[in-house]
Amino acid sequence: MENRLKVLRAERSWSQQDLAEKLEVSRQSVNAIETGKYDPSLPLAFRIAELFGLAIEEIFVSPARHSSRAI
Amino acid sequence: MTVRTPAWKRYNVRVIWLSLAYAGLLLPAVYGFKHQLVSTPATYLVAILPALPIIGIFLAIGRYLVEEQDEYVRMLMVRKILWASGFTLSLATIWGFLDNFQLVGHIDGYWIIVVWFFGLGIGGVVNKLTLGAAGC
Repeated sequence: MENRLKVLRAERSWSQQDLAEKLEVSRQSVNAIETGKYDPSLPLAFRIAELFGLAIEEIFVSPARHSSRAI
Repeated sequence: MTVRTPAWKRYNVRVIWLSLAYAGLLLPAVYGFKHQLVSTPATYLVAILPALPIIGIFLAIGRYLVEEQDEYVRMLMVRKILWASGFTLSLATIWGFLDNFQLVGHIDGYWIIVVWFFGLGIGGVVNKLTLGAAGC
């Protein structure tokens, strides 16, 4: 799933490791989510959104919306 | 890239103890059978004893999946287990038919466990190639 995680992290000058520690997950998890290789569960998506003070849809692009835009 | 989480470290400690138990049970069992020190019906019990720590390792894997807090790392392990199970069952099926038609020799059943653990390694390689991280 496409997302703005890398941009949001860069805005705060956080490394992947910094973000991983704040979310209490591995750095590999952050990398996999950022690169769209892994879609986080809803609880983890909420934790990410709450950490950045944003709504989930402000971080993660809805696959349905993304595909309709592509059409 | 290998990931080491607290749950994985606990799993490793359990596996080390179970491996020691396996060696501790296997060696006396082999010695007992070799020197005919075990009599029926104790033979069945003594023969099964070394299998128990191996079953314990399967339980430890299940416990690890329950304890793992990192959902991505947990998913990597689940993928490895699926690859190991698919690989082992496929190989066992193929070998079973080859054996049935007397095209290959008979293999002791416990080798299936060795193949399954090898399959975990295959799963790790697949994870690495497709997701960039092998998992624990």
